[in-house]
Amino acid sequence: MSNTIVLGVIGSDCHAVGNKILDHAFSSVGFKVINIGVLSSQEDFINAAVETDADAILVSSLYGHGEIDCRGFREKCEEEGLSEILLYVGGNLVVGKQEWKTVENLYKKMGFNRVYPPGTSPAAAITDLAQDLKIDLSKLGKVKVS
Amino acid sequence: MEAVLLVDFGSTYTKLTVVDVKNEEILATAKSPSTVETDIMIGLQKAYSSLKERLRGIPVEFTEKYACSSAAGGLKIVALGLVPELTVEAAARAALGAGARIVGTYNHEIGMYEVEEIIAKKPDIILLAGGTDGGNKSCILHNAKMLAEYLSDISVIAAGNSKAREELEKLFSDHKMCYRFTENVMPRLNILNVEPVRQTIRKLFIERIVLARGLKRAEKYVGKILMPTPAAVMQAAAILADGTAEEEGYGELMVVDIGGATTDVHSIASGEPLEAGISWYGLPEPYAKRTVEGDLGMRVSAYSLWQTAGYQRIRKYYTGSNSDIEQKCLLLSEQIDRIPVNDDDFEFDAALGAVAAQIAVERHAGMLERHYTPTGLVYALQGKDLRGVSCLIGTGGVLVKGRDPQRILQATLEGGFGEGRLIPQKPQLMLDSSYILSAMGLLSNAYPVQALRIMKKYLKRIV
Repeated sequence: MSNTIVLGVIGSDCHAVGNKILDHAFSSVGFKVINIGVLSSQEDFINAAVETDADAILVSSLYGHGEIDCRGFREKCEEEGLSEILLYVGGNLVVGKQEWKTVENLYKKMGFNRVYPPGTSPAAAITDLAQDLKIDLSKLGKVKVS
Repeated sequence: MEAVLLVDFGSTYTKLTVVDVKNEEILATAKSPSTVETDIMIGLQKAYSSLKERLRGIPVEFTEKYACSSAAGGLKIVALGLVPELTVEAAARAALGAGARIVGTYNHEIGMYEVEEIIAKKPDIILLAGGTDGGNKSCILHNAKMLAEYLSDISVIAAGNSKAREELEKLFSDHKMCYRFTENVMPRLNILNVEPVRQTIRKLFIERIVLARGLKRAEKYVGKILMPTPAAVMQAAAILADGTAEEEGYGELMVVDIGGATTDVHSIASGEPLEAGISWYGLPEPYAKRTVEGDLGMRVSAYSLWQTAGYQRIRKYYTGSNSDIEQKCLLLSEQIDRIPVNDDDFEFDAALGAVAAQIAVERHAGMLERHYTPTGLVYALQGKDLRGVSCLIGTGGVLVKGRDPQRILQATLEGGFGEGRLIPQKPQLMLDSSYILSAMGLLSNAYPVQALRIMKKYLKRIV
């Protein structure tokens, strides 16, 4: 367990602010964050995870095209030998107002382990990640999650 | 008179240059075909007698001697890494910058097929990368085990995940291998760290490879063989661009070196996008970058040049009457020692040189891509933006000995835009008319200012 995560914004999406906030939040509790930034392709995420031996990939999508951008992500991970890796996704994942349960199921079907709606606090994802990786956050020894 | 002797054991010619450092003059140059296959000293002796003639009785005492070599196929390196676009590419760039010839690259864990391939390629050095520091360790360990098991007689430079060092060190020393450790070529994701690898390659070249190549005997006469020839050219280019504390350089520049088998391009430039609003992606670019095009050359690679460029592109620069361009290229690729004799030969060589240089510069330059996003058009650049380089220097036989260097250099500025390649726009074109770049790279080790001033004096401006 390297406590390393790859973080980035997928597709032709340039929303940089949330990306910086997540970077700060995950780093401050002690995760090693490999932030590949905006305009990142699936291959960029996967290559980064292979080379840094990451435990999880956190994908953001804010511009509504996430469904197209994320298709086949899990399959590519498997192809690259990352069958165990955790995939999280969050943001404005679809266009328009849709029932959240439908959206969540859509992404779960694509192989994402956790799916977050707009307005989620970083703390929620941090708690989930710690639980999924079976890490005791207090042992990472940084800022407390409130 | 006191002078410095500079020797370049090239793949085709052994070239000698005598420099009067005090007066910053080239006293004489001479060359003779290289004789590495039999005895390197024969070609050297011949070149030396011809040098004596050219000195026309000037009594010269060589106070210092330096040499470089790309003889016997150059410094052959195989690069191993994990992800092709990341550590493999980083390792290959580091090796190219050290003046090496990449004979193979391998990604992820290698197996017996790859081992056999590597053996057949007879590399001088295996550059072993893979994993960021603290990142993936299993790949580099697996590959190291394969090397120790099956390729233990080849020198290894390890430049991967630093956390694997202890295990690698034990493995290599248990197998009594020749190995060196250096900093990770990609310590963090997308951070390129080529300089320590380049230096380690150069040291290993001086310590081991020169010996293995039967060049050791020559060192008694020509002084230390300091580096592979392309590294000397790179060093010359770097000092010409950046200058020294005392003397100003030309600023960002490119060098195109058209050879018989390959066409090399060096750029000494940051390559940052010239305009705002272009985002940069992909692996960061080394400030001093070298690319080698194995399919573009005047002789050995004449036919592959034809296959790459095609009829139209060559015809555009060929004004002669020979209509069967393919046949002529095939002929040249079989007669690699052929020097042009008649007008058509010169004409044809100029056309091949123009196309080789044009394609090589295109490939070296970065590529601008358009992305259509919900917020409008966005430009993304992969590679170097070289539109702003102030000068482009040509070297190599077809430029130096040919009849039309201007056409060849001009051609480098006429390609690329259709595909969004950011090639130089209005550089000063220059010609290495006395063929001194590699010699000046060597000289710059001990006499950087003098080497710089001599280059400024002897490089010829073309329009």
